[in-house]
Amino acid sequence: MYYRRTLTDAQINRELLDVVLRTPMWWVVIVSILGLIVAGAASAFGFMMNQGLGVTGLQQPIFWGFFITNFIFWVGISHAGVMISAILRLSQAEWRRPMVRAAETMTVFALMTSLLQPLIHAGRPWRIFYWVFPYDWARGIWPDVRSPLVWDPTAIITYLTSSSLFVYTALIPDLAIIRDRSTGWRRTVYGILALGWHGNPRQWKLQGIAGILLSALILPVFVSVHSIVSWDFGVSLVPSWHVTVFAPYFVIGAVHSGVSAVVTLMILMRKLYKLENFIWEEHIDAVARLLIVVATAWLFFFWLDLVFALWLKEEQEMTVWHLRLFEPPWSWLFLVFIVCSYIIPVPLWMFRRVRRSFTWMLWTSLLVNVGMFLERLIIIVPALMRKGPWVFTYDTYRPSAVEVTLIVGSIALVAFLLMLFSKFFPLIPIWEEKEGQKLIDEVKVGDRVVPALVKEH
Amino acid sequence: MANTKLMGLFQDPEQAAGAMTKLKENGFPVEDLDVYSGSPFPEGSFGEHEPEMRLFMFPLVGALVGFAIGLLWTAGTQISYPLVTGGKPLLSIPPMTIIMYENTMLGAIIFTVLGVLFESRLPRRKLGLYDERITEGYIGIIVDCPEERASAAETALQGAGAEEIKREEG
Repeated sequence: MYYRRTLTDAQINRELLDVVLRTPMWWVVIVSILGLIVAGAASAFGFMMNQGLGVTGLQQPIFWGFFITNFIFWVGISHAGVMISAILRLSQAEWRRPMVRAAETMTVFALMTSLLQPLIHAGRPWRIFYWVFPYDWARGIWPDVRSPLVWDPTAIITYLTSSSLFVYTALIPDLAIIRDRSTGWRRTVYGILALGWHGNPRQWKLQGIAGILLSALILPVFVSVHSIVSWDFGVSLVPSWHVTVFAPYFVIGAVHSGVSAVVTLMILMRKLYKLENFIWEEHIDAVARLLIVVATAWLFFFWLDLVFALWLKEEQEMTVWHLRLFEPPWSWLFLVFIVCSYIIPVPLWMFRRVRRSFTWMLWTSLLVNVGMFLERLIIIVPALMRKGPWVFTYDTYRPSAVEVTLIVGSIALVAFLLMLFSKFFPLIPIWEEKEGQKLIDEVKVGDRVVPALVKEH
Repeated sequence: MANTKLMGLFQDPEQAAGAMTKLKENGFPVEDLDVYSGSPFPEGSFGEHEPEMRLFMFPLVGALVGFAIGLLWTAGTQISYPLVTGGKPLLSIPPMTIIMYENTMLGAIIFTVLGVLFESRLPRRKLGLYDERITEGYIGIIVDCPEERASAAETALQGAGAEEIKREEG
């Protein structure tokens, strides 16, 4: 139970709508810098389209590199957002309130960015539509539904649409709050977006049901999406990719990186938007405890992946693992990956002081995502570094400047979209915070007065 | 005869609940009363009318529609360009289920959101009788009554401590 600061509705409106109703200079500066990086990445993509995929480090036999790694990475990040929000809503966890909106929004933008990666990877993005959507009626040529190339976009588009609707539905009451506080054309726009919301008991009841029902429907989609992404690997014949644990291994890995990203986002939000009254040490502490469990479950699946290879001792699979573990630069990257994603953060999170320190949690959560990006790279590239029969020219993979620019651009893009979102919509659900304020009380137990939560069941 | 809508604004939820009780005591049917608030209150806080809903139908219908589209897409595309591979059956069921599952869930989710909007009686083109202070914490008690009962409603709202009473002719 948390020691909640008592705030009035007007105070909550004022504090959470501060950036929405006025434009601070720091916001303009950050958005401009991020916009420039995104523009740089777009130029790099234009250059790649003009010159062809030869400007990347992809070559025989490695045709999946940074772009596919980045695709898996962003799908992973996107996972925890809606998952954490849905689980906390379903379990009616009180500490969900300040984090659900930011987590759900991050899901949407991370998914959009992840969808861009296969398009970039294709080199000729327009061809992807031809492979995925059944629109070529004239020639009667259809996508091959037996291919993961069709499963992936189906799953991701389902997840993106669902997450966007999830965010919008919960945003409607807050849009009405902004509508009531704005004037001129902004009032008209927010009025249209708020759909004429009044806030009568019928609407509030449905808002509550929608949160729970949509959470229950989105959770199975969340599990299916990263499972399907793992089948991109699992249904191939590439050694070390067709392991039966790949689907849960990918899902739990996604949760590990995604929840860490939520922590990073919450800490940055708190600092930038001065949300000290809403995001407290207790929130970060609760997520960190969750992260210990998730990270350890992820380590278990990672261990299984290795054990299965050692158990079978299949020659090609052993070669891949040998590459990963003992051949530089992969052995070094492997070391960095495991140290960043588990060995440093998890033991540190055991300490309450670390879990309640915004600085420590910021750096450890960032570290996890450095590690998890490397994890995906290590899964993909060494597995493809094999000289197969009838392969006469082959080389290792070195990401080019174009690829690095596009990776940096993708990080900037997600940050840029989040900053834009925060300018127009509150990152913390205002109505949920107000609801939370109503349900708190204090109970005297012996000599102590402890905060209590009044809850309806 | 045209109806009149009145809205009493209250800062205190207790007073708003008192106004609802007074209005009901004065013979205003609970179906003609409504409460506007800037955040949710526990159900029945104001003795309001229990709304009837059929939201559960929407995800079910949506799931069926999504499943049908998924089936049409996966089976239809394979049948319309029949390509037998290795003597195996034309329809490849396991991958079809993946796409059908996703479409089923997508249909259920889209219809749920549509259902929430429909049951919430949204979108509304005009706000009607409303006050911006409601999203600052005020409670609005709405009475929809015939013109000749408007003064009785106004008296009840004032008696309960309404800070302001707004009126809209129907």
